[in-house]
Amino acid sequence: MLLLERRSVDSSIMRWASPVLALVLTVVTGFILFLAMGKDPVAGLTFFFITPVSDLIGLAELGLKMAPLLLCAAGLTVCYRARVWNIGAEGHFLMGALGASIVSVQLVDASGFWVLPVVLIAGVLAGMLWAAIAAGLKTHLHCNEILTTIMLNYIALNLLLYAVHGPLKDPYGFGFPQSVMFGEASLLPALIPGTRLHLGLAFGLLAAVAVWVLFARSFIGFQLNVVGQDRRAAAFAGFGARRLTWFAFMVGGATAGLAGASEVTGPIGQLVPQVSPGYGYTAIIVVFLGRMHAMGIIAASALLALTFMGGEILQIAMNMPRAITGLFQGLLLFYLLTCDAFIHYRIRLKQPVRKSTPRAAAAANQEA
Amino acid sequence: MELLTNILAATVVAGTPLLLVALGELICERSGVLNLGQEGMMLMGAVAGFIAALTTGSLVVGVAAAILAGVGMSLLFAFMAVTLAANQYAAGLALTIFGTGLSAFVGAGFVGEPIDGFTRVAIPVLSDIPVIGRVLFNQDPLVYLSLIAFAAVAVFLRHTRGGLLLRAVGEDPEAANANGLKVLVVRYLAVAFGGGMAGLAGGYLSLAYTPLWTENMTAGRGWIALALVVFATWRPERVVLGAYLFGAASILHLVLQGLGWNSSTELLAMLPYVVTILMLVLLSWNPARTRLNTPLSLGQPYRPGR
Repeated sequence: MLLLERRSVDSSIMRWASPVLALVLTVVTGFILFLAMGKDPVAGLTFFFITPVSDLIGLAELGLKMAPLLLCAAGLTVCYRARVWNIGAEGHFLMGALGASIVSVQLVDASGFWVLPVVLIAGVLAGMLWAAIAAGLKTHLHCNEILTTIMLNYIALNLLLYAVHGPLKDPYGFGFPQSVMFGEASLLPALIPGTRLHLGLAFGLLAAVAVWVLFARSFIGFQLNVVGQDRRAAAFAGFGARRLTWFAFMVGGATAGLAGASEVTGPIGQLVPQVSPGYGYTAIIVVFLGRMHAMGIIAASALLALTFMGGEILQIAMNMPRAITGLFQGLLLFYLLTCDAFIHYRIRLKQPVRKSTPRAAAAANQEA
Repeated sequence: MELLTNILAATVVAGTPLLLVALGELICERSGVLNLGQEGMMLMGAVAGFIAALTTGSLVVGVAAAILAGVGMSLLFAFMAVTLAANQYAAGLALTIFGTGLSAFVGAGFVGEPIDGFTRVAIPVLSDIPVIGRVLFNQDPLVYLSLIAFAAVAVFLRHTRGGLLLRAVGEDPEAANANGLKVLVVRYLAVAFGGGMAGLAGGYLSLAYTPLWTENMTAGRGWIALALVVFATWRPERVVLGAYLFGAASILHLVLQGLGWNSSTELLAMLPYVVTILMLVLLSWNPARTRLNTPLSLGQPYRPGR
């Protein structure tokens, strides 16, 4: 009989092998899925994983989609390390986009180097404000942050929809629910000329580096780790859980808010209802897949950015539903958590038989 | 009076999916398992029920498919959270993300297809009672089913041996195990029941409430139901009350518009979510009270013979 047995020491190999294993299982499942749908599995997987990044334009698009994922994931890493279950990156992101848009629309005709920073900071502050609501509800009113952040996501989405249908709606936009195009001065500069890749990716990479510094080199990072791993130990050491919760939420709100602001000032250039294809939710997968580690989330955000592009390509090339993106993302997280069980446990084939040897019996007698 | 009766009847309809999914989650949480995957299971129930009803032409088959889809999804969760003792938060989130993706994928070819959903069936005699008759006894069959489910859950929890075993496992799995209870089996059954109810709730949305399939049609109802269980302090009677309260909040914008109140649809659409947060605040500000009511082992994996 198969038996799950607790390892005496957690497996550090499995810790990093698990994401790779999960990816392999996802690809295998994808292969079977294509077969079941009567499509060529090799072509399908090539379209999904290889074609999107086979030229410079494609790589630039990958970076474009990596940027918001990486920014959101960096903030969530700080939260999850401290066991603050912030599911609200999507809401912070939408509020960041909304806040940046409100300011940017006022500054359409303004010029000067100060315009872009002001717009981005507005986004950051809006994201932080949204995170502050959940933080206050948790630290002062003891509300479960999972439920409040989810609710705040829905509220943020409706606020954004209200804005593009109402006060921010472009009066000359032929009735489309969207804001006016932003002024030149509030658009993010391109990183590679001729592509849509913009400064947002640099923000994302910087955020990942900051996360590394925070946890590898700073005291507050250490405190966050301790409070996450053992709340009682943190309390004995005098690390204020309330203060750390606020810190985690503020970082999460700021990075996701910046991601939202970068999205409207980057590739889109105006506020539209579909500003996020679910970046804030996908970032949760990025954090788990990236092992809550700076290098890990960079690699994971690239992989999950690829799933967004792969879904689009499959829709065009093989006439498959674009929702395959969500399916692959879900499968990946699902397999990951299953494989993660083997960090702490191993499979044994049979229950070990404990034979009572004469020496052991004697020892037992002596103890008694 | 006519208007009030209409509003109350609509409230019951809007509250029914919440009632179904919250009753399932209540049983699940009473066994000590917190399944955050309600949204994913509901979506799978909605899409499976819709496709089955559309292809077979039978609503009953649709309902059965919805329940089966919910159970199937919940068993995936149970494998992760109960057998592999994974973090229940993460496993539940994974189930929601997976279910959202899978349902959108499976249902992609069925968006916008119309079916004839459940229609109202008046119960003789009872439906003639003024107000209450219209509100409770002139509804579609699934509303009646939800009321029966409520009664069954309430009796099961309080007056049966099974309910006692379930609560024992949820409060102290070690002690339950020591008394010869199969903790993991009880938890599997509780999770599966929760899955079936969530699937049924999803089916209610796609077969009765709005008889069609759209991506993400649950719109956070699974999450609201999770809040609802906290709101109800894990008691079935309060789940009913809460479900209809939230149902009222979610149709309030229609009522206000009907009364000639001219306000933005988007702002009013926030109401159920705002109400949910306010409810959480009202109920959680006293942590001692929350701790008193929460099943003691909620969220903690159990491994026998550690």
